[in-house]
Amino acid sequence: MVWPLINQLNPDASTLALASIQYDVGPIAEGQSVTIMWRGLPVFVRHRTAAEIEEAKAVPLSDLKDPQTDEERTKPGHEQWLIMIANCTHLGCIPVGEAGDFDGWFCPCHGSHYDSAGRIRRGPAPANLVVPPYEFLSDTLVQIG
Amino acid sequence: MFKSKFILAALALVVGLSSVSANAAEGGAAIEKQNWSFAGIFGTYDQNQLQRGFQVFREVCASCHGAHLLAFRNLMEPGGPHFSEAQVRALAAEYEVTDPTATGGVRQAVPADRWPSPFATEQDARDAMGGSLPPDLSVMAKARGVTDPFPWWITNYFTGYQEGGADYVHALLVGYHAEVPATAPEGFELPEGKYYNDYFPGHAIGMPPPLSDGGIAYVPGEDGATVPETIDQYSRDVSAFMMWLAEPHLVSRKQTGFVVLLFLVLFAGLMYGTKRKLWRGIEH
Amino acid sequence: MGAFPMSEHSTYVPGNAAEKWLDDRLPVVRFAKAHLMDFPTPKNLNYWWTFGAILVMCLGIQIVTGIILAMHYTPNTALAFDSVEHIRRNVNGGRVIQATHAVGASMFFVALYIHMFRGLFYGSYKAPREILWILGVVIFLLTTATAFMGYILPWGQMSFWGATVISNIFTAIPLVGENIKQLVLGGFAVGNPTLNRFFSLHYLLPFIIAAVVALHIWALHVPGNNNPIGVDVKESRDTVPFHPYYTMKDLFAMVLFLIPFAWFVFFAPDILGHPDNYIMANSQVTPAHIVPEWYLLPFYTILRAIDFNVLFIDSKLGGVIAMGGAMLMLLIVPWLDTSKVRSGTFRPMFKWFFALFVINFIGLMYLGAQPAEGIYTVLAKVCTAYYFIYFLVVLPVLSRIETPKPLPTSISESVLGKNAHA
Repeated sequence: MVWPLINQLNPDASTLALASIQYDVGPIAEGQSVTIMWRGLPVFVRHRTAAEIEEAKAVPLSDLKDPQTDEERTKPGHEQWLIMIANCTHLGCIPVGEAGDFDGWFCPCHGSHYDSAGRIRRGPAPANLVVPPYEFLSDTLVQIG
Repeated sequence: MFKSKFILAALALVVGLSSVSANAAEGGAAIEKQNWSFAGIFGTYDQNQLQRGFQVFREVCASCHGAHLLAFRNLMEPGGPHFSEAQVRALAAEYEVTDPTATGGVRQAVPADRWPSPFATEQDARDAMGGSLPPDLSVMAKARGVTDPFPWWITNYFTGYQEGGADYVHALLVGYHAEVPATAPEGFELPEGKYYNDYFPGHAIGMPPPLSDGGIAYVPGEDGATVPETIDQYSRDVSAFMMWLAEPHLVSRKQTGFVVLLFLVLFAGLMYGTKRKLWRGIEH
Repeated sequence: MGAFPMSEHSTYVPGNAAEKWLDDRLPVVRFAKAHLMDFPTPKNLNYWWTFGAILVMCLGIQIVTGIILAMHYTPNTALAFDSVEHIRRNVNGGRVIQATHAVGASMFFVALYIHMFRGLFYGSYKAPREILWILGVVIFLLTTATAFMGYILPWGQMSFWGATVISNIFTAIPLVGENIKQLVLGGFAVGNPTLNRFFSLHYLLPFIIAAVVALHIWALHVPGNNNPIGVDVKESRDTVPFHPYYTMKDLFAMVLFLIPFAWFVFFAPDILGHPDNYIMANSQVTPAHIVPEWYLLPFYTILRAIDFNVLFIDSKLGGVIAMGGAMLMLLIVPWLDTSKVRSGTFRPMFKWFFALFVINFIGLMYLGAQPAEGIYTVLAKVCTAYYFIYFLVVLPVLSRIETPKPLPTSISESVLGKNAHA
């Protein structure tokens, strides 16, 4: 009985409609990134090069503050696609791509370095860049959320 | 007696903290404070300066920057450039504004209209400016500031220092170098398409140096007095104009404030006298 | 409980038939006379006691200016920023009304902190005034929430990012954290639903605060005011009627308070704020330093100070618990400090620790505005530690081991003694 009064605070239908988006990654060339909006958040979509993928797979888990394998952060058959929420896990700044010491991203706010799989390697951020729920509907069409 | 010990201890802590205080601007050089006519309790705008500043804004800045909170009619209000109504009508008529009810969707502006943006959309602006977006200047003089180290940020409260934005804008406009100077931070690399500026945080600014000596022709005053046509002068004038653009009611605010404060001080004096008289009979 | 009866001292006699008619139906005049005029108030109250009245004035100013602003403000993300500028530029007197509301929030907290520190020093939270103190803490919490929501409304960069950082706090709660955050925000990130509801609640809360203030004053009038020596009122000689003695003194203090208030409003309206809030909110650009308003800084420091994990509690959750704990701990102060002596005036050891607490609080405030690096993080931990140690260790221990100075037997005696030495 009280629940409707509280539930009205929850995200409404128009907000939820944007909870899931479809994006065509075809036009993104190898080595390029785009930033798209999903649920009011910026999201990096990167078409990784073979070198970046190899580098990411070669990192021993013991080197990582937040251990995750490259496989855990990508979809099988689509490893060249790295899709992550573009907010640094420290305080939410947007990291700069193709920057930093680990061939990935660098956050200028407090100096966090992320590698080519978006994992935190150095700096105050506690966790890897968050990978949102997504799936590939076809080779080039991805649904996020 | 206890109170004074306490105050001493507080001061000691605060002096101790000052030695580890952060420095002024983020990644930019320390900004010099200028003497502005509008600073202080009796500050006012210099009408001639604002008119010159508007000329600089119109001839240089407005080709890339918007000022969507400025209405043409503001230019004829007292306390600002205070152009005449005829001047403002003529000025407005030189600009076009979109109007869905007009034929063709555009019409000549009237004083009630806002200053039109040089670009239709943000994307148009970025495309024209190599990816950078020239920010709207309506409140720029309040969107920037100068952070002073201890103890000056405290004394600022007592002097009412509100001119940080104008100081920053002026510093920026005169802070360009033709090439990266020897005093640049070690290992500094200027990215393609950017320009070196002493005061812009990070030193690499997308805006090319907008001012040049003699670039704008100032009309001499009625008495024949001329104003130097130098980058420094243009910069001061347009910075003052920026301040007016952000704070058009500054003069009336300070004038009212003086009267209010005077009244409050006198009233407080009277009230104190009343309180003392009232309490005279009571041991307390 | 004081021996002097406080509630049945109404001396009101209706002056005419009309007054009697009203008094028989709704005794508002009787009530006002009893509580705002005749109320016996200790005669030795110093100026630290004027801040209660100053706070009522501040609440009034905020409500009046706020209602006026609400007539011209638009709580929509596309229009909010410009609507505030519209108020500053076009609304008659808008520049001053808006500045009064913004500066007023800061002045409110100046008075609030002074009022609270007065209570902490003079033992105003001790029996029989525990409920009075608790109501006060509730008012403090409501005011903090109101101020936080109000700061979002101009929809500047600091408004948006401050809200983003603080709403991310909820995600620290295990299991339900993300869901609670979405419930509060009305979306997945700070956006239009957030702005709209914060406006609604920002308008509502001050009236709830006013109601709690009424309870606060009621709770005060049951035992009567505390006083600088903390000795109960023993006889009528110890007190004076509230009117005209304290009405005039409070009025004088209010006028004095309005002087720095007016100074800021008319000559430095933006100095307490942050220039970044004159940049419209942009979810794609994070400001270099996200700083809350000054009055929230001490608790912000405590939040950031916990940057280490404790057992299974990660640092983010630890910070949230510390910050929440720092505020909620105030509720139990009456039971942490069990010293029989109320006023710090007669507690020599307590005085030093209290002075250190005040300096520490100012330190916490300063540190909140600094980047979380280097020596600042060390100092933040030290100051946070002392904050908790003061309440949880110092106060209880002092209650047991401190030898207080001898108390005067009554207010009148203490006042006579003071004047004799003067």
